[in-house]
Amino acid sequence: MPRQLPVISLILVLVVGLFAPLATGAADPGFWFEVLLGGLMAGVLYSLVALGFALIYKASGVFNFAQGAMVLFAALSVARMAEKMPLWVAVILGLVIMVGIAFAIERLVLRPLVNQEPVALLMATLGVTYFLDGFGQTLWGSDIYEIDLGIAKKPVMILDSVFQGGILVNKDDVAAAIVAALLVGALALFFQKTATGRALRAVADDHQAAQSIGIPLNHIWVIVWSVAGFVALVAGMIWGAKLGVQFSLSQVALKALPVVILGGFTSVTGAVVGGLIIGVGEKMAELFLGPVLVKAFDLAGGGIENWFAYVLALLFLLVRPEGLFGEKHIDRV
Amino acid sequence: MFYRENGQFKTGYGADQQMLPILQDRMLMAALLAFAFVGVPYLISDYLFLAILIPFLILTVAAIGLNLLVGYCGQISLGHAAFMSVGAYAAYNLALRIPQLNFLVVLLLAGLIAAAVGMIFGIPSLRIKGLYLAVATLAAQFFMDWLFARVKWFTNYASSGSVSTAPIEMFGWRIDTPVHKYLFLLGVLVVCTLAAKNLVRSHVGRAWMATRDMDVAAEVIGIRPVYAKLTAFAVSSFYVGVAGALWGFVHLGSWEPLAFNLSLSLNLLFMIIIGGMGSLLGSYFGAAFIVALPILLNQIPLRLGIPLSTAMAAHLESMIFGALIVFFLIVEPRGLARLWAIAKEKLRIWPFPH
Repeated sequence: MPRQLPVISLILVLVVGLFAPLATGAADPGFWFEVLLGGLMAGVLYSLVALGFALIYKASGVFNFAQGAMVLFAALSVARMAEKMPLWVAVILGLVIMVGIAFAIERLVLRPLVNQEPVALLMATLGVTYFLDGFGQTLWGSDIYEIDLGIAKKPVMILDSVFQGGILVNKDDVAAAIVAALLVGALALFFQKTATGRALRAVADDHQAAQSIGIPLNHIWVIVWSVAGFVALVAGMIWGAKLGVQFSLSQVALKALPVVILGGFTSVTGAVVGGLIIGVGEKMAELFLGPVLVKAFDLAGGGIENWFAYVLALLFLLVRPEGLFGEKHIDRV
Repeated sequence: MFYRENGQFKTGYGADQQMLPILQDRMLMAALLAFAFVGVPYLISDYLFLAILIPFLILTVAAIGLNLLVGYCGQISLGHAAFMSVGAYAAYNLALRIPQLNFLVVLLLAGLIAAAVGMIFGIPSLRIKGLYLAVATLAAQFFMDWLFARVKWFTNYASSGSVSTAPIEMFGWRIDTPVHKYLFLLGVLVVCTLAAKNLVRSHVGRAWMATRDMDVAAEVIGIRPVYAKLTAFAVSSFYVGVAGALWGFVHLGSWEPLAFNLSLSLNLLFMIIIGGMGSLLGSYFGAAFIVALPILLNQIPLRLGIPLSTAMAAHLESMIFGALIVFFLIVEPRGLARLWAIAKEKLRIWPFPH
């Protein structure tokens, strides 16, 4: 199919780019493999945040810019409460807080804005972002806090029989990957097998039709924002344990935006696959493409991972606006 | 009682197409301009010029630019600070490398360069809209941030990455005191506003608004969406580029690559949401609001004797911004400019109830 040609060629370029450092001998296989794994781990974490985006977009058509602020808020709550009580109590309380926030957002922001155009809703979530960022830091403080999940951070050596020197893997990264996989599985079950999940899918398909067969829209929105809050909590704890709980956590959401573009807004699978692609692409670009660019253009340092994901998403937008797994959208007059 | 158009008849096409058709409006505008050009320089302290009026004037130019794109053409942008940085660095390099150029020429060229870059990043808008476009413009933001921080040529190989400019001098006029800066910026703003006002009343502006209201229908009645969207991106980026050059040269004097970051982009967007989308007056209100609010938040607790830490003030500011955005989107989506229009409407029938 000639229409698919640009997409296929873009994917081909990416695959070639992935193996280029190996083929040209710019990296030894062990190091390359380590970068690949590191990228996959980072990708899992991006996926976690992107999952929150996709869930809310699917069920309410809102592009939730505030997902990052929710991650920060959840992580801050858990980190500060865990100083006074056992971690599991703090997590449960954090969950209660996130559900409360979901209620408040539905009641105060979404309900009055129902039927507005998507861009107005996007700007409303921008407002929510600012509010939550400010509120979280006023309430819990704005220093760097720690979450101790009780997983040793000591790196482990694996595969040292295959590669020279072996490969270093962080235990907490592996734990994060397992948690993310479990979360995706649980969400898939929830969406496919439960009555609530079925209602959520119905709302996602068609708001009006869902309402006409008696699905209460407002409840569904509270549920879906609560689920997104839960995902934010998990993402916040994992990121927080890795990087420390601080304001920059809120910026992680900005990394997750290209992920949802790449994967398609409406697709949970897309969020995961997109996250992995962006995670790997970013790390590979930073480590192997960066030095080439620095040398060629005499730059003051690399740092191309700041925009690589965005430019990749932009290219995808040009050739396939609906993303890898998104639904195609056709306008009719 | 005083503000009504009774007895003012239009007797020609000229009168029909006037920008301010009501005599009282014209008088008010003349008085306002006279006050701004003559009165204000005598009345206000240097601190107020530097802290409030100069940022206000420059940000108004930028807000008008963003409003042309978002408010009039309906294409969202979360990356307009990137085009400000393009304007600022273009002006810096032009002034540095061709010193004999007049600053006005530098300003125009900087705007044109920003317009070209804006058009390049506007190309995705031909295929995508709304949320997707927001992400595409974010790409502009992050890419430009990186470009000016890393490519040494743009900053003239400065080791710290920050650049500094000499005071502006043109036609023998040295613009270095706050009052002179203010007068220069006011002149620029008046010209920019006039041009924007006429642009949105012309066929170009009507094409933008048709595209905003319903792009498919606009295409059906013969408006080329490619042309409408790209001109909107170009004009908008031109304004924002000029504002960026002014921000760098007149307000900051010297700046670091992160002077034009994402939060500036978002602030510009907040200005037009709070001020009023699709209204030039709204750009003024919004810019004034966003410039004044942080200063008020710093001053009020101080005056009341409640000391706030800087961090606390910043968090409060962020909370108030966020709450206000949501509030305005729900209660008055057309912003402060709409409130002003309602007040004018009330004034026309005052003191009678109907």
